[in-house]
Amino acid sequence: MAKRPIEPLLWLLFSAGGVLAALLIPSLLFLFGLAFPLGWFSPPSHEHLLALLRHPLTRVVLFLLCMLSLFHWAHRFRYTLYDGLQIKHMSDLINLLCYGGAIVGSVMAGYLLWQVP
Amino acid sequence: MSEGPVYTEYHPRWLRRRMSTYWWLERRAYRFFILRELSSIFVAWFVVYLLLLVRAVSQGDSGYQQFLGWSRSPIVLLLNVVSLLFVVFHAVTWFNLTPQAMVVRVRGRRVPGVLIAGSNYLAWALASALVAWLLLGG
Repeated sequence: MAKRPIEPLLWLLFSAGGVLAALLIPSLLFLFGLAFPLGWFSPPSHEHLLALLRHPLTRVVLFLLCMLSLFHWAHRFRYTLYDGLQIKHMSDLINLLCYGGAIVGSVMAGYLLWQVP
Repeated sequence: MSEGPVYTEYHPRWLRRRMSTYWWLERRAYRFFILRELSSIFVAWFVVYLLLLVRAVSQGDSGYQQFLGWSRSPIVLLLNVVSLLFVVFHAVTWFNLTPQAMVVRVRGRRVPGVLIAGSNYLAWALASALVAWLLLGG
């Protein structure tokens, strides 16, 4: 494959997303996915969560977490499809699905975090 | 480009073994590799879940309560349990790999990998404590 100048940038996004996802997702997913639904801890009040989400720093961190995690997924999943299923000849379609999905998801993340009342 | 392979005459048959589509099931190391790569799907699922939460909170208290009810349904719970396992697997493999990806030198001496991985785990603990403090402390 010809070397594309965008490849290092994609790798950087993958790598940054890997770090942020590793640092933040386990605790967030443990709390919101397991501990609160199962009643191990009482979930924060709506008021408290809204106050947290209103803080600009929270929104910036969450946006970066969403965007970089999605690009992390896109990069890794692209190679999983390439190598795991040996369908590298479909690279255009795969790239469109993976990176296109990451871009659409990032825009949606930006919109949803922006419109928090 | 033309469709299909181009054959060249007068050369020996390629000694290239055809790989099975399921080559990654053959060995433990391959399965480990593919599981690590598949963890990215669950990272992406978490982003969707988080954004649904943000949307629910924006919709007011009733929206938030509805989200909490939905998060208690067995399918969502099961998906989140599996996702948590994969995300922790991602974190551990990621932190353990950093010493190999990143060579840090202090005064010309290479910092041992254990220290680099250790500082990653410390950062993980601090970040998790901060998240817990923000969400449980209020």
